Amino acid sequence: MKKQEFDAKALTVRSLELRKVVLDMIMKSGGGHIGGDFSVMDTLVTLYFDQMNVSPENQDDPDRDYFIMSKGHSVESYYAVLAAKGFFETETVVNEFSQFGSRFIGHPNNELPGIEMNSGSLGHGLPVSVGMALACRKENRASRVYTVMGDGEVAEGSVWEGFMAAGHYKLANLCAVVDRNRLQISGTTEQVMTHENLHAQIESFGWNVIETDGNDIAKLHEAFEQAKTVTDRPTCIIANTIKGYGGGEIMENKAAWHHHVPNQEEYDQIVKALEAKKEGVLHE
Amino acid sequence: MNKIPNRQAICETLMAHAKEDRHIYALCSDSRGSASMTPFFNAFPEQSIEVGIAEQNLVSIAAGMAHCGEKPYCFSPACFISTRSYEQAKVDVAYSNTNVKLIGISGGISYGELGMSHHSAQDIAAMSAIPNMRVYLPSDRFQTAKLIESLLQDEKPAYVRVGRNPVEDIYSETDCPFEMDRATIHGNLEAENDVAIIACGEMVRPALEAAKILQEKGIKAVVADMYCVKPLDQETVVKAAKSAKLVITVEEHAPYGGMGSAVAVTVGANCPKKVITMALPDDHVITGKSAAVFDYYGLNGEGIAKKAVEELK
Repeated sequence: MKKQEFDAKALTVRSLELRKVVLDMIMKSGGGHIGGDFSVMDTLVTLYFDQMNVSPENQDDPDRDYFIMSKGHSVESYYAVLAAKGFFETETVVNEFSQFGSRFIGHPNNELPGIEMNSGSLGHGLPVSVGMALACRKENRASRVYTVMGDGEVAEGSVWEGFMAAGHYKLANLCAVVDRNRLQISGTTEQVMTHENLHAQIESFGWNVIETDGNDIAKLHEAFEQAKTVTDRPTCIIANTIKGYGGGEIMENKAAWHHHVPNQEEYDQIVKALEAKKEGVLHE
Repeated sequence: MNKIPNRQAICETLMAHAKEDRHIYALCSDSRGSASMTPFFNAFPEQSIEVGIAEQNLVSIAAGMAHCGEKPYCFSPACFISTRSYEQAKVDVAYSNTNVKLIGISGGISYGELGMSHHSAQDIAAMSAIPNMRVYLPSDRFQTAKLIESLLQDEKPAYVRVGRNPVEDIYSETDCPFEMDRATIHGNLEAENDVAIIACGEMVRPALEAAKILQEKGIKAVVADMYCVKPLDQETVVKAAKSAKLVITVEEHAPYGGMGSAVAVTVGANCPKKVITMALPDDHVITGKSAAVFDYYGLNGEGIAKKAVEELK
């Protein structure tokens, strides 16, 4: 696949536009996890439009890169990105998301093109990625394996089983991202179950750990590039993000927006905030 | 008396194929010894994965490997692999439809005196309730080998439970009739029988002994070795029930949600007959070696025969 030149500005604009798709999906269906969708969107856009070798054309090629959306509840952002990537139509997913009998279920399922594994129950993505990375290494594939977890998710014990095995097997072809937005459904992650030492904890399992601004696509690009230079350990990127990022004051950094469905007035405000942010980026 | 446990038959079958097929993998959770898989690990180190005592990891890692084209066989005590990693089996294996074969070793009450934490008297119920998960309890080492041969040919999830101890042979090297997902019949389904005994796993042997005892008393019994608990061989169940006055199911499992429940549902819907389900109690199982425990609960040839006589009165 011919690699596109990295253009942080274009990707940032795309990421803001895809948040609008997420918003429409959630408005139409009356449900979804908008806060995490908005915080993780920049990571997904960087992975799918800058980093990963995966597309509708090579989705069956064993040498492709692999991705698991471990924080499966942020499925709206995942669907929006997959649609933009051409796996299915954006209009279809907006109209059909969570509707009766729809293939676009409220958590990822691999009957849809582009989705490798079903997720939704937290703490599965990392261990499954470990298996994928092991297999790809056994098969001498150039593939890299990526997974994105939530920061609330790392309270699951199975996540640490995954960290442990990836460190043990020195899976340098594995890169995990923690969407560190510091909020979960009941409050701040520090109130619910503290992860203040996350960086050191993951490092102690034999990982290369990079902390970066997860709502800055240029910095994410840099982190993913650095990860590729590490050949003896897996890499975890702690992406420091703002829950609801891009949606403006009404929703940014508010736990209540974990799965809040906006009313019309709120919708208009969020659209306005996304537009303003986009204008700002374009005129930087 | 046979000295080869069913788990060893699995190891030997996989080793015979692993030579030709480098995609066959064995994964263990510090369980290679109890799974009889040490020879495999020694002979095929590149096709062996150790995950440590972490059953959730075991199953998820296998699912990831299967998704990337490998054929993983996961070995862990049945009590742990069927419940500790239940959600991984449900989501990463069955729901994601990955070609993972889960092998529950030391199943049922094999670990008798080790107590309830080490018993798997719920595994049939748990695993059967998962859509896209098949459940098999082979009866002896020859049938176990045939089953594994068959599983190697398909790409779907399955759970297999075997016991820890060697069981007396039912079949032989040259005489082991086997058709995938079809019960093996001992006796005559076409004849008029008094009782149809449907058993799985280690309970097939006592079921056959019961049939012999009953025959001596002039009571005609047919036995179905229902190693395929899911998909249940419903055609054979219905035929067996129609051929007899009474159906008895025997299994090393809790009385709820096991093979007996599945048989009762099938018989009830198709050819209502009295179905007696013989199983372990809905209680902590008494302490002891498995043979003594089976005797205590009447899960032996005499106990099954006695039950048949009582119910036929």
